[in-house]
Amino acid sequence: MAERVLITGMGLVCPLGHDVETLWQAMLTGKSGMAKTTIFDASTFASDFSAEVKNYDPAEYTKKPQLHKDSNRGSGFAIGATAQACEQARINIETDQPADGIDRSRLGIYLGAGEGSVDNDVFFAALVKAWDAEAGEMDWGRWAEVAFGQMDPARELEQEPNMPAAHIAMLTGARGPTRSCLTACAASTQAVGEAMMLIRKGDADVMIAGGAHSMIHPLGVMGFNRLTALSTRNDSPETASRPFSASRDGFILGEGAAILILESLSSAKKRGVPILAEVIGYGSSSDAFRVTDMHEEGRGAIAAMTAALVDAGISYKDIDHINTHGTSTVENDSIETRAIKAVFKEEAKNTPANSVKSMFGHLIGAAGAAELITCILAIRDNIVPPTTNLNDPDPQLDLDYVPNEPRKMQVDVVMNESFGFGGQNNVVIVKRYE
Amino acid sequence: MSSARVVITGLGAISPLGLTVASLWEGLCEGRCGIGKITAFDPVGFSCKLAGQVPDFKIQSFVPKTYRKATKLMSRDIELAIVAADEAIRSSKLITKGIDAENINVDPTRMAINLGAGLISCDLVELAPSVAASITDGRFDIHKWGKDGFELVTPLWLLKYLPNMSACHIGIIHDIQGPSNTITCAEASGHLAISEASQIIARGGAVYALAGGAEAKVNPIVMIRQCLLKRATSENNDDPTTACRPFDADAKGAVFGEGAGMIVLETIENAQKRDAKIYAEIAGLGQSNNINPAYEHLEPDGKGIQIAIEKAMADAQIGPEDLDLIIPHGTGIADDDLAEAKAIEAALGKAATKTAVWPTKSMLSNTGAATGALDVIAAVCAMSEGKIPAAKNCDRKANGCNLNIVKQPQQTKIRYALCCSYTYGGQTAALVLKQPD
Repeated sequence: MAERVLITGMGLVCPLGHDVETLWQAMLTGKSGMAKTTIFDASTFASDFSAEVKNYDPAEYTKKPQLHKDSNRGSGFAIGATAQACEQARINIETDQPADGIDRSRLGIYLGAGEGSVDNDVFFAALVKAWDAEAGEMDWGRWAEVAFGQMDPARELEQEPNMPAAHIAMLTGARGPTRSCLTACAASTQAVGEAMMLIRKGDADVMIAGGAHSMIHPLGVMGFNRLTALSTRNDSPETASRPFSASRDGFILGEGAAILILESLSSAKKRGVPILAEVIGYGSSSDAFRVTDMHEEGRGAIAAMTAALVDAGISYKDIDHINTHGTSTVENDSIETRAIKAVFKEEAKNTPANSVKSMFGHLIGAAGAAELITCILAIRDNIVPPTTNLNDPDPQLDLDYVPNEPRKMQVDVVMNESFGFGGQNNVVIVKRYE
Repeated sequence: MSSARVVITGLGAISPLGLTVASLWEGLCEGRCGIGKITAFDPVGFSCKLAGQVPDFKIQSFVPKTYRKATKLMSRDIELAIVAADEAIRSSKLITKGIDAENINVDPTRMAINLGAGLISCDLVELAPSVAASITDGRFDIHKWGKDGFELVTPLWLLKYLPNMSACHIGIIHDIQGPSNTITCAEASGHLAISEASQIIARGGAVYALAGGAEAKVNPIVMIRQCLLKRATSENNDDPTTACRPFDADAKGAVFGEGAGMIVLETIENAQKRDAKIYAEIAGLGQSNNINPAYEHLEPDGKGIQIAIEKAMADAQIGPEDLDLIIPHGTGIADDDLAEAKAIEAALGKAATKTAVWPTKSMLSNTGAATGALDVIAAVCAMSEGKIPAAKNCDRKANGCNLNIVKQPQQTKIRYALCCSYTYGGQTAALVLKQPD
């Protein structure tokens, strides 16, 4: 019999707060995390706003800030989120002699994490110095001179997407199975799903799973602006993220980290830790359609939802609430609605399907795990947070998106959906623990 | 939990030694070195001017006609992945949409893809004109860039550099609709992707999986990073074939390169049912972490590798004496090699001094996310041929390294082979392969 997999801790650093309860209160009151971008000067960019994490210092969460001093933004967020999650799950951090009853070789890490920003000043300065516009070529000698003179080795290393996992290992002493994946916007849902599989199989007792990412950097915003994926509603950042609205015009870049502690039932019982929820299903699929667009019928999304239901051994009728990917792009929200209808059939319109991206934007690699935390809170408090800014519903989209007001209702089983750029789809199902 | 036996039924490799598995194996047997002076860009001013570069190929030949337009969106990493995937699928005799759309013999929804990928660095030459158009008083002006510079960047620019795009393009070409993941654990990615794919097959998440890794590290940004971190050798620039010296007393650092390795995995029952050639069985998997404040290096006792190896042997239910070959990560960075040697010794005990150890990076260079997959393929070839080629550039073992680095080629039956890897940032992986029954 495979191990049941539980959630015993949660931690988060995101645009709506540096901890879980602050985020939750913000969402239940429909707050927005969007404002003009301040991390760098984006004032002339097609999108000059974003959902930033503000006034955050990872040093507050570690006794050994020296070990993390070069962290990129994503790693810094991961440190705070992990410290919070470990505290809740009673996992000792920063000690050689943990007394939490967890064998370190059976404590693993699985993150969906993204790249760190390039060192912008040096990066652009080197290009300016080395580009020979007339010849149309680079003078690599000049480029190397600037790079060698000004690039900081540690800062370069921290751009690698596996570094947030390194900082978590440093913090917790985890020696179990450790992976980091980057399936774009679906990464941390995948991380939680695969972490669950490692516990089910018996490869680990406890997994630190989730995501960490910030793409609010010049190359990231430029890249998404060129794809015309971002909202350009510069005159109204707070209402720009409007999933399922007729006037939706793109997503809003957010950033942050979200960590969940996944633990086998036997370990949680042995340690006597409070149980927040159970992870019961996971499905992954690939659109295999186009790298630029989702499959029109939502083939991959349907496959991932179906696989998660099969894995959980339940029917769509058992799902009380769907936390959608709901990015606020024209394409995603239409196709996702279609896919939900295909899977949920007669129940589609009766299953409240919200998008919390309306409030804290799109955390990219960290999005799925951050949203999963809101699913678990929905179960805890029997309340579904709203899709805000839904004032002009798209007539084509007719599900119950929980518009603008949170809803008190019985919530026992929640499906969380994440669909990545390029067509990688992941779905996780969580359930009230009984 | 029920768990099926998983076997390898397809191999594909593109490496500095050639465009196929055959050229990889032949080159390794001959002790040929795929490392040379960097030609992808002029490495003047770089402390390391060497790399393992893949011979010329035309990506169009590996992409079905209907999809050739998409080659514009492919970075070098993606191209390498596509070439190796093509060979792996062909060698497995599976017929996907990309092989022959008229005679498909695979259910696309029951095939998974799990690839290791690196952080794909952008092409500076491609970005430069937009930056050059955004200069005020000789300095980069972000206001100008936002206003005018953006337009000079191709609209789909970002799609070239998302690490998950290799899996997405291959998924489209071969119509792979099952579970799909992209592991980004740098030099441990290849092994970790194969491990995860193997677990997906074992748990029935898919019937077939394409797994492996691809990375193109011959890029100025990647190279400068490795130079700055002092991982790349700054010596022997004039003598490329002797530059990378894993476990040797004169080791001065690593040489980086490009490549891709892909394998096809399925259950043994399925392989037997369709009468597929079984190259090897995935017998054991182990993973862990190094924890070292100097994030770019292995911890001195290599404990994270030791744990991974011990777990892999336990998973395979074998003892150290059952191993006939070890392909270590062996980068040529002296401290890291020594730490890895200590870890292997700690995990294997007495057997460590006897078991044949065959590092490959002296010939293949360090191909990042591809390296683990290429090593698995090398181990499978050694197993199939009953032959362990000689290690290259380990003339005088480093002080403190007690491993049996293979000096002379050996003809021998390989019952079990171990491959292991680690990366800056800490993740470690070990795989035990078993000779098919």
